[in-house]
Amino acid sequence: MKERKDDFKKRREHLKDMSDAELKKYFFELADKMVDPLVDLGHKYTSKSIERSVLLRMGFSSIESKAIVDKLAESNLLSKGAGHCVYRLARDKGLEIRDAGMLLSEGKHIDELKEALVHNET
Amino acid sequence: MKLKPNDKLDIHNILKDLDKYHPKRKGWTWRNKKSLKMGAFEYKQTSESLKNSVPLPSAAYLGNIDPQPDAVVTAEIASGRFEDDIRRMRMAAYHGADHIMVIRTAGQSHFDGLLEGTPQGVGGIPITRKQLRAQRKALDYIEEEVGRPINYHSYVSGVAGPEIAVLFTEEGVNGAHQDPQYNVLYRNINMVRSFVDAAESKKVLAFADIAQIDGAHNANATARDAWKVMPELLVQHAINSVYSEKAGIKPENICLSSVPPAAPPSPDLKLNLPYAIALREFFDKYKIRAQMNTKYMDSSTREATVTHVLNLLISRLTSADIQSTITPDEGRNVPWHVYNIEALDTTKQSMVGMDDLLGMVDIKDEGYLYDKKREIQERAVLMMEEILELGGYFNAVEAGMFVDSGEYPERNSDGIMREIDGGIGANSVVKRDENYMAPVTAHFGYNNVEQYDPSAKDNPANLIDGSTFEKPDKIQYIDELDETDNVYLRMKENEKYRNSDWLKPEVEWLGDGVVTVDLFFPAPKKIAVEAAVATGRKMNLTDVEAIHSEVLHPSEGTRVQIKGRVDFDINVNDLELPEELDTIEEEVIYDYVKKNPMKVIAGTGGDDEHSVGIREVLDIKHGGIEKYGIKYEYLGTSVPIEKFIDAAIEMDADAVMMSTIISHDEVHYKNMQKLHDYAVEKGVRDKLILLAGGTQVIPELARKNAMDQGFGRGSNGHQVASFLVKRHKAMKNDEN
Repeated sequence: MKERKDDFKKRREHLKDMSDAELKKYFFELADKMVDPLVDLGHKYTSKSIERSVLLRMGFSSIESKAIVDKLAESNLLSKGAGHCVYRLARDKGLEIRDAGMLLSEGKHIDELKEALVHNET
Repeated sequence: MKLKPNDKLDIHNILKDLDKYHPKRKGWTWRNKKSLKMGAFEYKQTSESLKNSVPLPSAAYLGNIDPQPDAVVTAEIASGRFEDDIRRMRMAAYHGADHIMVIRTAGQSHFDGLLEGTPQGVGGIPITRKQLRAQRKALDYIEEEVGRPINYHSYVSGVAGPEIAVLFTEEGVNGAHQDPQYNVLYRNINMVRSFVDAAESKKVLAFADIAQIDGAHNANATARDAWKVMPELLVQHAINSVYSEKAGIKPENICLSSVPPAAPPSPDLKLNLPYAIALREFFDKYKIRAQMNTKYMDSSTREATVTHVLNLLISRLTSADIQSTITPDEGRNVPWHVYNIEALDTTKQSMVGMDDLLGMVDIKDEGYLYDKKREIQERAVLMMEEILELGGYFNAVEAGMFVDSGEYPERNSDGIMREIDGGIGANSVVKRDENYMAPVTAHFGYNNVEQYDPSAKDNPANLIDGSTFEKPDKIQYIDELDETDNVYLRMKENEKYRNSDWLKPEVEWLGDGVVTVDLFFPAPKKIAVEAAVATGRKMNLTDVEAIHSEVLHPSEGTRVQIKGRVDFDINVNDLELPEELDTIEEEVIYDYVKKNPMKVIAGTGGDDEHSVGIREVLDIKHGGIEKYGIKYEYLGTSVPIEKFIDAAIEMDADAVMMSTIISHDEVHYKNMQKLHDYAVEKGVRDKLILLAGGTQVIPELARKNAMDQGFGRGSNGHQVASFLVKRHKAMKNDEN
């Protein structure tokens, strides 16, 4: 930021008559305003790490999760959720979750998944 | 496996069957706070005692009491070899640590994914499933041994935060650093990615009841003038705390990492106390993790310790839920065993010593303290107003608002600037589609499982018959990935010293051979340092390095500490161990003294004002000889040597007990000889038992200097009474 001398005395004019409790309340109102848009991002977006963390919870190793997520990202399927892709393939093919994941990590059945998840939603 | 105090922890055993080990509990544990009555004292800010522990050194004079403070106490242990750290964790637990924090190896936060196996680290250790599982397993045993739950802790940051959070939950980690601002400001990881990932990480931490510590203290360590960043610290704490709460973490698991920003020779309390109060007043619904100052640490362990004691004073004048300990050697190397323990003892000693401080003194709510506190708070509010005016957090970071060296609103144009689409992982977040789904527990946002099974709405993992959080058997365990860098190879190298008769000096790793030598040279610093290194080489040390120097006078002299390695080892079978004074059964002593009353003359001899040790050995309260019915006449301190014998003759005593602490120029042994000579001169040597005791007394040398027996460091009344009875009996038999 541009250099600026300490103008605290001038800036605080509107705060100086607040009680300690009012100041604290105001502080947290401002904090809410700062943080809400950030929380909103969390709702709207995902990332490779988030998707790998989902796959870990589904019983894949770190190495397997990475391979699956990389394949799905290449095919623009991450927006569906990596866990979703694995689950959907397992369901459609009657496979165990882990077996479905291993197939995806080898890049198999990606096109079918795309068909199922992108073109015909659910 | 049950640990016993006299048995070493078997690291091989810890590593065995790790693939099947699951932690016995999850979540954070606070201490069981209570007032204590212990020995002659009452304490207010204490917690339940330990089953096994090492008390402070001076406890030896106070019945070996070991009161534990109320706050959870941290030890940061990460030497690069997790297997050696396990032994240190056990030592730390004995000295009062119940929060063991593991620092990550350099560069792990930029690794895109999880590390596996057990490679050696630099400045920390690679955090992996195997390493976490081994250490958690060891801590599960250690906490049984000390009788208090031990919280295990590491870091959820970098570009793989959510995966690490899941790993921590699966492996029973109890505390974690998590603060997206740390990524953004200090690791140059893209801000959007950092906050998106943080939401998921925090949701997982919330599920596992893991206590979260934020990263605001790093601003102190980074800013040019640490105390000027105080208003910003409140803002940083607010961003992470509020974000965490909105992600689902309960307020009592949200811990603010707060460092007193200034250190002497600045007026420490004048700067730090108003800040500490400002912070605690605003954030009273969260917990305070009181960190210690590292910003102004040099290589003097003494100076660091004093700064840390002042930090502990701030904790006691305000509050601390988790009290951190910084090792006093952090300014010169990755912490060594002994400094972790020193830091823990400094903390225990200070917190117990300042027990109930606020029960006796009030914090002023007017004048300088109040005005300064209020000013810091208002400056923080003004900073937040401007952040919002700039368009929010991201825009403010882009503008370089944070870690500027000016005290807000002053700006010096030297803040950290990051671009919204810059940094590692830029543009790497993906918008979730309408039918996005995640069939697992503790996922942030909308799982959207109803599209497949409406009944799974509240338990999304039902869709896959449970996630690893419900079914730990689903966790995939990887042992090792690198055949050339793992724990088995490292342990093979130093196996000779593991649970064997071979010993080698050690500061951090088994058999590392490192020693320190403390030297003084009557020379200026530059010369003294080189002279010290040369001395180390002449002592046959290798890798000699000066680790500390301080000027006593520019020309008269310099103190230098060096470290180096020895290349020999010691076999314990070749050692001649000092004799242990044997005792006889207490009942036998009581009985003998009843039938043969004994009288002793006691005092501290020569020009010596020490009296604590001899009172311990005399007084009934401390289990001294009085307890066995032996009468004594205490002559006090600085007793002329002749007076002992004169008094013994006058009172017809059986023995003289001379305490002698000062050992300068061997004066203690000279006094023993003098005592004997005077007794001979007076013709009473045959009738008197002459004993000498003191911390520097070696029994064998005391006997060589004509005493009947000597009593060194750690001697007690039982040993002295036993000797008196045996000797008295022998003398009686001689007479007959």
